[in-house]
Amino acid sequence: MLRSFSMFMFLLAVWLLLSGHYDMLIVGFGLLSCLGVVLIARRMDIVDREGHPIHLTWRAPLYWLWLGWEIAKSNWAVIKVILGPRNRLQPQVIRATASQETDVGLVTFANSITLTPGTVSVLVNRDWIDVHALTQETADGLMIGDMNQRVCQMEGTGAKRKGD
Amino acid sequence: MFWAAMIGILVALALALVRAIAGPTVYDRILAVNSFGTLTVLALSVIGFLMGRPDFLDIALVYALINFIGTIAVLKFLRYGDFARATQADDNDLV
Amino acid sequence: MEIVNHILFYASWALLAAGGLLCVIGAFGLVRFPETYTRMHAAGVIDTGGALLILAGLMLQSGLTLETVKLALIMFFLLFTSPTAGYALARGTWSAGHRPITHTRSDARTDGHSDSAGMTDDG
Repeated sequence: MLRSFSMFMFLLAVWLLLSGHYDMLIVGFGLLSCLGVVLIARRMDIVDREGHPIHLTWRAPLYWLWLGWEIAKSNWAVIKVILGPRNRLQPQVIRATASQETDVGLVTFANSITLTPGTVSVLVNRDWIDVHALTQETADGLMIGDMNQRVCQMEGTGAKRKGD
Repeated sequence: MFWAAMIGILVALALALVRAIAGPTVYDRILAVNSFGTLTVLALSVIGFLMGRPDFLDIALVYALINFIGTIAVLKFLRYGDFARATQADDNDLV
Repeated sequence: MEIVNHILFYASWALLAAGGLLCVIGAFGLVRFPETYTRMHAAGVIDTGGALLILAGLMLQSGLTLETVKLALIMFFLLFTSPTAGYALARGTWSAGHRPITHTRSDARTDGHSDSAGMTDDG
């Protein structure tokens, strides 16, 4: 119930921010449609830890800050390869360990890998992700496992501990 | 000043179009069209500021979503030959 | 206040120009790189670097208004959707039987990915 309420408030905030009209009629339509969406989502049974992960509200932004810095660094690395000589290219497929417990964590990890240019996740599995890396440098950066650890911290299960 | 970004985006659009036409595989074309869509979203946002009409941002927002759904739909169609088929069997251990 | 406005103006100018440049570089990589997998990295530069810089530049332009919120939402959607589409594309390319060319010197497990190819098929 708390989760449904939080989802309703979230949807309403998005509506108000996007519409920019604040008369009774429009806001009333907004309230009605947000209510409708929440009811449909409840009926579809997707208002759960996975569908509306409010428990990540505080940890996710911290992770995103770190990810932003990683994106900046890897962008620079890929730009050097694009503009550099052809033999800079060292494409390879590596297998990164994924120790996340939850689906949200695993998806976050796979998406973060793709989001940093220079590494693209090709096959995602429970325990590992096959990653296509552009150069040795970007491959090495991933193999340290720093990102894996941080995603685990973000989802709140720790590296090896069993989650819920 | 918005022209600096606009020219960059336009040149990038032309290059993405080159890749979309050159191929060679269908996946290269999808990749190019996806990048083209992202660039279109950026171009729409910049145009909004260029012409002083912030309404364009709403269009950019919708386009960002349609671009994603379009890419996924085409990929799904390529793989299963059908938009309606559920993904089961071969996906049971791969997420 | 005057000074702050000036700094914001030049900062947003720099962000917009850098974003445009990154888009061109990414698209150039898209044309230059040899196969689908490597081109995906170049497209990644457009989707992250180019988009983030241009949207950040526009945000500085509009200040604290609803436009900034919309730009932030565009950024949010792009950052969530582009890796998902990228993964679908990579997975589709792999399933279609295209295998990436690999660098000879690398310590990548060549047997490893023929393994995982097998897993896709019987899994």
